[in-house]
Amino acid sequence: MKIVYTDVLVVGGGLAGLRVAVGVRRRGLDALVLSLVPPKRSHSAAAQGGMQASLANTTKGEGDNEDVHFEDTVRGSDWGADQPVVRMFVNTAPKAVRELAAWGVPWSRVRKGDREVIINGQRVTLTESEAAHGLLAQRDFGGTRKWRTCYVSDGTGHAMLYAVGDQAIAHGVPVHERKEALALLRDADRCCGAVVRDLATGELVAYVSRATVIATGGAGRLYRVTTNAVICEGMGAALALETGVVALGNMEAVQFHPTGIFPAGILVTEGCRGDGGLLRDAAGHRFMPDYEPEKKELASRDVVSRRMAEHIRKGHGAPSRFGPHLWLDITQLGRAHIDRNLREVKEICRYFLGVDPAEAWIPVHPAQHYTMGGIRTRHSGESPTLRGLFSAGEAACWDLHGFNRLGGNSVAETVVAGMIVGEFVADFCQGPGGEISIPTALVRDAVAAQQAALDALLGGGTESADAIRVEMQQVMTDRVGIFRDGASLTLAVEALEALLLRSRRIGVRSNAPGPNPELVTAYRVQRMLKVALCIACGALAREESRGAHFREDFPRRDDAHWLQRTLATWPDPAATRPTLAYEPLQVESMELPPGWRGYGERNHIEHPQTPARAASVEAARAIPGLHRYDLQRELMAYRHLLPPSLQGDNERLGEPLR
Amino acid sequence: MSAPRQIRLNVFRHNPQDPASTPHLQTYLVEEAPGMTLFLALSELRERQDPSLAFDFVCRAGICGSCGMVVNGRPRLACRTLTQELPAEITLLPLPAFALIADLSVDSGSWMRAMTERLQAWLHAADPAPDLSRLEARMDPDLADQIYELDRCIECGCCVAACGTVQMRHDFVGAVGLNKIARFGLDPRDTRSDAEFYDLVGGDEGVFGCMTLLACHDVCPKELPLQTQIAFLRRRMLRAGA
Repeated sequence: MKIVYTDVLVVGGGLAGLRVAVGVRRRGLDALVLSLVPPKRSHSAAAQGGMQASLANTTKGEGDNEDVHFEDTVRGSDWGADQPVVRMFVNTAPKAVRELAAWGVPWSRVRKGDREVIINGQRVTLTESEAAHGLLAQRDFGGTRKWRTCYVSDGTGHAMLYAVGDQAIAHGVPVHERKEALALLRDADRCCGAVVRDLATGELVAYVSRATVIATGGAGRLYRVTTNAVICEGMGAALALETGVVALGNMEAVQFHPTGIFPAGILVTEGCRGDGGLLRDAAGHRFMPDYEPEKKELASRDVVSRRMAEHIRKGHGAPSRFGPHLWLDITQLGRAHIDRNLREVKEICRYFLGVDPAEAWIPVHPAQHYTMGGIRTRHSGESPTLRGLFSAGEAACWDLHGFNRLGGNSVAETVVAGMIVGEFVADFCQGPGGEISIPTALVRDAVAAQQAALDALLGGGTESADAIRVEMQQVMTDRVGIFRDGASLTLAVEALEALLLRSRRIGVRSNAPGPNPELVTAYRVQRMLKVALCIACGALAREESRGAHFREDFPRRDDAHWLQRTLATWPDPAATRPTLAYEPLQVESMELPPGWRGYGERNHIEHPQTPARAASVEAARAIPGLHRYDLQRELMAYRHLLPPSLQGDNERLGEPLR
Repeated sequence: MSAPRQIRLNVFRHNPQDPASTPHLQTYLVEEAPGMTLFLALSELRERQDPSLAFDFVCRAGICGSCGMVVNGRPRLACRTLTQELPAEITLLPLPAFALIADLSVDSGSWMRAMTERLQAWLHAADPAPDLSRLEARMDPDLADQIYELDRCIECGCCVAACGTVQMRHDFVGAVGLNKIARFGLDPRDTRSDAEFYDLVGGDEGVFGCMTLLACHDVCPKELPLQTQIAFLRRRMLRAGA
């Protein structure tokens, strides 16, 4: 039996995992990253439009700060987010973007003087200040009150991933590529590594570690139509779920991005609309102002996607052989702007659609895009139920995004969480609980159990892994999508349960040594179905509409009953459904008590404690002469939760450090 | 409407882990669909005809660089190659110059990591841990755009696979490596001098190994200005080494 030892095992080589690894290396610990693919091929690279950080360098960002970013994020989440975590995030985002600048990311910069931009379909001249010249530029994104999204043309994730990936190499972090964690190693309530399969040779290897970090990204491939890369199959969530003790939080919170190109589902960035692009229907009519007069195309993604689906339902979609779609029109931005700031969009249109977006409209349709839910952790990234297990990035639910994530907050979260969680992982390893002693027999048994499961798949079952996978994706897309209702969700759960039972009888046809793609599909689809059931069961149980979770039979947000985070566990491996429990959010300690988001429907059911909390927050805000930092501390102290190195304020052009 | 085209896909097959496997071409028939890319064709082939076929796709959007392969004699990204742009007979080979994992899957990751380590192809900053509470350092907006132009490399390996020098010198760093040196050389945040860059690429395994056949420039999916960058770098290194 082969055993590899390290201090910190990071599962997942995207931005979050790599940043955790660099952080713990800087603290003098060994870190080892497992990655399905070469790390620079991770899905982080697909983040195009940018990263939110309240730098306030541009004219349209003037007045931006952590407070505005905080409120935008909480409203975007439809009050599902953990507010202290949002505070930790918005305070660290400027530090993260500046660290990346120091690591070489070629951020687009402010140029002093006049420039023409498109706002709300109109050509407008903006004047950038001399003082801001050469600082990081920001563009507009949905659901934000200020221009806050820092960007590198529209290759932001790529540039960030390369800079952080290069730093991991510079810090000597080994990345074991083409390795897949199949199960966590567990000694009672202590996580101590993982059983890992080599995807090139098929060999099983045990990785023993003092801390284990799951940073595997999202689960978009549970759906047939998704913007996600083909490796985003929710395997990190499944790893945690299959321990039986670790909970997945809010898995029913699934984001659909308004502008997947139709029908392939490939993303074109929100930067298109941020920079002035418009949505049009079959008749060429710009329809978003009819639904959302205030934010129009730049309401939050859940709202825009829902309005688009609603408009298509009313028969206004452009017909095509693959079904109806809508149009994204960026022609008025002009070729020069597209060539400079929307290059990936241009390439995607050219290669996949044969369209020049400077001249023709882009066919778009909402597509699954982001997994707000994930492995439930504390603010430190550590699982509250399995010591030594941490999670960061899209795989985690610490819970920054609640029921809807704002554009530009995910790629920001990867590095911010990496910075924060990396410090807590190092603290854990260097603290009293950081050592492990694990019997080799336990490791051997865990490896043997995984080998037995693989052997069973090769043992002559009759079901096809590919067929089950396609059926699962179709059920999720048809019944657990933008519009949901009890009857359809019930059918979805039943269909997924039947598929789960069938998946236990899969027979893989080829047992050649080495890479065996069919075997990979087989063991993954068994796990994907469990994650899919957490989404569908959570959606069925949640009888309200919040953020991206929209129930046509319960169309109002119901704070009185549902200001709660769903926790799904899978204690019985033979079960066909998860066990659901709920964790209440505390209105009485919220800095921003629940209210209207500023876009979308204005019809929520109030929590009984909201008026009292809102009154005390208003009273605090009315105290004259209170500095915003002091007011904030008064409302909801959070800085003590951050690692000491990240507790400081952030300097801005208009706001020197205290 | 005319009947859909039948495509003959001749695919390189070999599984080095299997002692019984020998390298050969296997032919599959696939019915063309509108907008079909090689990603869709190969995925459908694996789902319906041959579950053992190994290939690498990740983003399937031309962004991640996983799916470089030789398509009818030319290295390119398979995911964004539409079958309608190709004749009805398509031959797919793995990228040469990289270790074969199986079929169309090659180990470009280890090659790129080794190259990055050899060339120390990361930003060497004066202060790698600046005070993050402070305003960021300024940069000229045009210079930032120029650096991004070179930073767009996705390490897909097409330039390496197409390179004449690589065929003869296995230690040649390729256009991908030279472009990285050009990129960090352009970046004022990198403290290295030309003399230090010369130590990294001043030999035949570096910029003087290039025979200027420049297939790298022709096949680069991101249309990076490799020809110009190699020429500039060569002149700069000549000065530094003189």
